[in-house]
Amino acid sequence: MNRKPSFSFLRTLVATAAAATALSAVAQTSEPVKVGLLSTLSGPGAGLGVDIRDGFQLAVKLGGGKLGGRAAEVVIADDQASPDVGRQTADRLIKRDKVDFLTGIVFSNVMLAVGAPTFQSKTFYISANAGPSQYAGEQCNPYFFSASWQNDNLHEAVGKTVTDKGFKNVALIAPNYPAGKDALTGFKRFYKGAIASESYTQLNQLDYGAEISQLRATKPDAVYIFLPGGMGINFIKQFVGAGLSKDMTLFGPGFSADEDVIKAVGEPMLGMFNSSQWAHDLDNAANKTFVAAFEKEYGRIPSLYAAQGYDAARLIDAAVRDSKGKLDDKAAVRKALEAAKFDSVRGAFKFNTNHFPIQDYYLRVVTKNAQGKVTNRTLGTVFKSQPDAYVGSCKMPS
Amino acid sequence: MNTILILEQMLNGLQFGLMLFLLAAGLTLVFGIMDMINLAHGSLYMVGAYLIATIAQATGSFWLGLGFGIVGATVFGMLLEMTVLRRLYQRDHVSQVLGTFAILLMCNEGVRMIWGSQPLSLNPPAALSGPVELVTGFYYPAYRLFIIGVGLLVAGLLYLLIAHTRVGMQVRAGAANREMAMAMGTNVQRLFTAVFGVGAALCAVAGGMLGPLLAVQVGMGESILILAFVVIVIGGIGSIRGALLGALLVGIVDTAGRTLIPPSLGYLVGPEAASSAGPAVASILIYVLMAAVLFFKPRGLFPTHG
Amino acid sequence: MQTTYESSAPSLLDHSLQLRWSLPVLALLAALPLLASLAGDTFYVGLATRVLIFALAATSLNLILGFGGLVSFGHAAFVGVGAYTIAILMQGGVVSAWAAWPIAMLVSAAAALLIGWVSLRTQGVYFIMITLAFAQMLYYLVVSLKAYGGEDGMPLAGRSSVGAGIDLGNDTQFYYATLAILVAAIVLITRLLNARFGHVLQAIRENEVRMTAIGFPVFRYKLVAFVLAGALAGLAGALLANQGSFVSPALMQWSQSGMLMIMVILGGVGHLYGGVLGAIVFLLLEEFLSHYTIHWQLGLGAVLLGVVLLAPNGLTSLFRRKGAAT
Repeated sequence: MNRKPSFSFLRTLVATAAAATALSAVAQTSEPVKVGLLSTLSGPGAGLGVDIRDGFQLAVKLGGGKLGGRAAEVVIADDQASPDVGRQTADRLIKRDKVDFLTGIVFSNVMLAVGAPTFQSKTFYISANAGPSQYAGEQCNPYFFSASWQNDNLHEAVGKTVTDKGFKNVALIAPNYPAGKDALTGFKRFYKGAIASESYTQLNQLDYGAEISQLRATKPDAVYIFLPGGMGINFIKQFVGAGLSKDMTLFGPGFSADEDVIKAVGEPMLGMFNSSQWAHDLDNAANKTFVAAFEKEYGRIPSLYAAQGYDAARLIDAAVRDSKGKLDDKAAVRKALEAAKFDSVRGAFKFNTNHFPIQDYYLRVVTKNAQGKVTNRTLGTVFKSQPDAYVGSCKMPS
Repeated sequence: MNTILILEQMLNGLQFGLMLFLLAAGLTLVFGIMDMINLAHGSLYMVGAYLIATIAQATGSFWLGLGFGIVGATVFGMLLEMTVLRRLYQRDHVSQVLGTFAILLMCNEGVRMIWGSQPLSLNPPAALSGPVELVTGFYYPAYRLFIIGVGLLVAGLLYLLIAHTRVGMQVRAGAANREMAMAMGTNVQRLFTAVFGVGAALCAVAGGMLGPLLAVQVGMGESILILAFVVIVIGGIGSIRGALLGALLVGIVDTAGRTLIPPSLGYLVGPEAASSAGPAVASILIYVLMAAVLFFKPRGLFPTHG
Repeated sequence: MQTTYESSAPSLLDHSLQLRWSLPVLALLAALPLLASLAGDTFYVGLATRVLIFALAATSLNLILGFGGLVSFGHAAFVGVGAYTIAILMQGGVVSAWAAWPIAMLVSAAAALLIGWVSLRTQGVYFIMITLAFAQMLYYLVVSLKAYGGEDGMPLAGRSSVGAGIDLGNDTQFYYATLAILVAAIVLITRLLNARFGHVLQAIRENEVRMTAIGFPVFRYKLVAFVLAGALAGLAGALLANQGSFVSPALMQWSQSGMLMIMVILGGVGHLYGGVLGAIVFLLLEEFLSHYTIHWQLGLGAVLLGVVLLAPNGLTSLFRRKGAAT
C-alpha cells in the first residue's frame, strides 16, 4: 500500500520532466530565428548594403519567411559605415534584441570593430561581404564565417590577369582602410610588373581631382582601382571626364564594376575588366532561380553583393536545419555551418579550415548584352578552387 | 611636379573655392545682417541639390533641373525664414544654435523620408562630360571649367547687386549697423526674407554644380558647412568681398594641401603612413590658416562692423 | 586678508543641490540595475551608464558655458583626449584605473590649458570659431595616428582595473562607479559655484567689463574654469573609453561638440542640473524614438525646436518656481 504513491510520484515526475523538455524544445523551435542584418544603408556605400539586404530578404521570402524550418525575424540596422556606430548598434542587436546570428557588414573597418564583442558574446557572424585578412589568419575565430570571400581574393585574380595581359606599369588606388590595404597586397601578390604609384585615398572620398592629376603626371599604362560603390562611380566618371581613359586601361575587382556602378556610370565604362567569385550568367540551377526571382522582385539585375546576401541567408538556413533548430547548442550550429550543405549561387561551395570559402574566381568584362543593356559578361576562370593566402597562420580552436 | 600639375591644381582650387563662396556668401549675409548663426544653411544646400537632381532625372535635362531646382530651393528658404527662423533673430547665439540644429535634423530626416537613404545620382550634361584641351597635351574636364565659369558669373552678379543697386545698399547698411538701417527706413522684414531667399538660391546653385562631382546624399551639407563658417570668419562676417577672398584662399590651400602634401610625405615616410597623415595635415592647414588670420586681423580680412 | 563671501542668505549666484527631489532621483538611479535584472534586460544598464557619462560631459561644459558664459564649440575634443589617453595607456600596459584615470584628466587639463590660453583672448563668435578650430585640429591629428587605429578607431583589451575586489568588467559595478563619480562631480561643482570662485565666474558672465574694471584677473578666472571643465570632460572620456571598450576619432568631431552643447542648452544653461537633465532627455529620446521609428531624428528635431521656441531657458526652467534659488 505504501509503494503505490511513490511509484506514481516517480511516474509523474518523469512525465513532468519529459513534458517540460518537450515543451522547451517546442518553445525553442517555435520561437523565431532572429538575424541581425547590420549593413551600410546610407552614404556612398549605401548601394552595397541595400543589395545585401535585398538578396538576404529574397532568400528568406523564397523560403516562405523561414530559415531552417523556423519562422525568421530579420532586424535591419544601419551602421552608416562608421565603426563607432556599427559597434554600438551591434551591441544593441546582441544585448537588447538577442539575435541568434549577425550578418551584413559591408566595410572591413566596421567589421573589425564589431567582431570582438560579437564573438565574445558567442553570437555567430556570417559575413556577406567584409573578409578582413586578420580574421583569415591570426585572429581567426570559430564564430566567424565568410559567405563571400577573403578581401585579397578578387584583387589577386586581377593581379594575375593584368600580368597575363602584358601590362608593365600600373598605378594603384585604394581607400585607406583595412580592406584597401588587403586589396593592394592581394593585387601585388600576383602582379609581376612595375608599380607606377600607390595611392591611398580617404574612405568615402568623392572628389578625385588630386589623384587624377597625379595619374596624368606619372603616365602608367594601366590603372587598378579598388573603389567600391559611390567612390568608384565618382572616380570613373571623373577619370573619363578628364580624358585619361584614352591612354590608360582601367582594371578593378568586381566591386568597382558591378551593377550598382554600371547603373550610375553607364557606357563610359564599357570594356572594363574585372574579377568576381560570381556572375549573373553563371550556369547553375540555384543561380538561375536567384537571378530570375531577383529581377522579378526588384526590377534590376543582381550584383555580387546581392548574391552574397542571398547565399548568407541560405547558409544560415542550412545551419539551422542541420542543427535541428537547437541554436543554444553552439557546437552543433558551428558544425552545421562548417558543413555548409546548401546550393550556392556560385556553384560548389566549401569552407576552408579558417571558415573562408575555397572557390573559383572568374574574369568578367563590361559589355552590352544581347538586349543592348550594359552589363558584365563572364570571359573565363582565373583561379580554380583557390584558398586564401592567410589560412596557414590560422590556428582555429576546436 | 610639373607645370601641368600645378596648373590643374590651381584650377581645381579655384573651382572649389568659388563653390565655397556661393555657400559662404549667403551665410555671411545672414550672420552679418540678422546676427544669426544658421546651422541649417547646409540643409539649404542639400535640399537644393536634391531638388535639382530629382527634376533633372525626371525631365532628363540637367538645365531644366538646375533652373526649377533653384527656384524651388529659394521658395523653400523663404518659407523657412518666414515660419521658423524669424523667431530666432532676437534670441542669443546659443538658442539660435539649438534652433537651427533642430531644423538641420528635421531637414535631414525629411529628405531621407522623401528620397530614401541612398544617394541620388546627378549627371553633368552630356556636352560637358568630356575633357577640353586647354594647352597642348593638357586636358581639363569641361564640367569643372563650367563650374568655374558659373562661379565667376554669380560672383559678378552678386557684386553688381550689392554694390550698384538700392537693395544692395540696404544690405550693406544692414550689415554695418542694423539699428541705424532700420531707423533710416529699410523694411527689415522683407529685406531679411529676400536675403534669405538669395542665400538659398546661391546654396542651390552650389549644390547643383557640385552634385555631379560629389554625391547628392543626406548629410552632404554638414561637411561643407564647417568650411563655410571658416571662410566667413577669415573673410570677415558680413562682407561679401571677404567671403570671396576667404573662399578662394581656403579652396586653394585645401586643394594644394591635398595634392602636394601626401606625395611629399610619401618620400619621407612611405605611401601608407603618408596617406593617413597627408589629408590630416592638409585639413589642419585650413584651421591653422584661420587661426593665423585671426591673430593678425581679429575681425577677419574685411570687417564690416568697424 | 581673506574675506569670506559666503553669506547666510542664499544669493542669486548660489546653487543648491535641491536635495528634496535630487535624492529620490538618485535613489531611483541607484536602484536601476536591480530593476533591470528583475525585468531580465541587462542591456539597459549599459545604456544608463552611457547616459550618466554624457551627463558628466555635459555638466563639465555647463560649467564654462552656463556659468562662465564661454560658448566653447570644441568641448568634445577634451572628451576624446581623455578617452585616447586611456586607450594608449592600456596598450602600453597601464591598466590600473587609479593611475590611468587621473592621467587622462591631467592630459585633458593640459590640452585645455593650451587651447584656453590662446582662445580666451577672443570674444563672441570668434571664440566659438577658434575653439572649434582647435578641436578640429586635434581630431585630424588623432585621425592621422595610424598606430592608434586612425580613423577606424581602436578597441581596448578590457576595462581599467580597480582592485579591492571590484571588477569594472561587470556592467553593474561599472554603472555604480560611474554614478558615484557623477555625484562627486556635481557636489564638487556646487561647492565651487557657491564659493568665491564660482561667484566671480558668474559675475564675469554677467558683465565682464565691469569685473575687469573692479580689478579682478578675469582672464585667469576664465582659464581656470576652462581647464577644470577640460579635466572633467577628460574624466568623462576615460569612462566612455571603458564603457564601450572602444575609442574612435568620431568622439571628437565637431558634431559631437554640438551635441554636448545641445544637451546643455536643452537641459538649461546655467542651471546646476542642466547638463544632467539635458543628457538624459536627449539620449533617452534618441534611444526610444529609434525603437519606434527609423525616422526618429524628425521627432528629436521637433522636440528641440519646441524647447527653443517654448522653453527659452531650457527644461529646468520649466521646473523652477518663481523666487526660489536656482
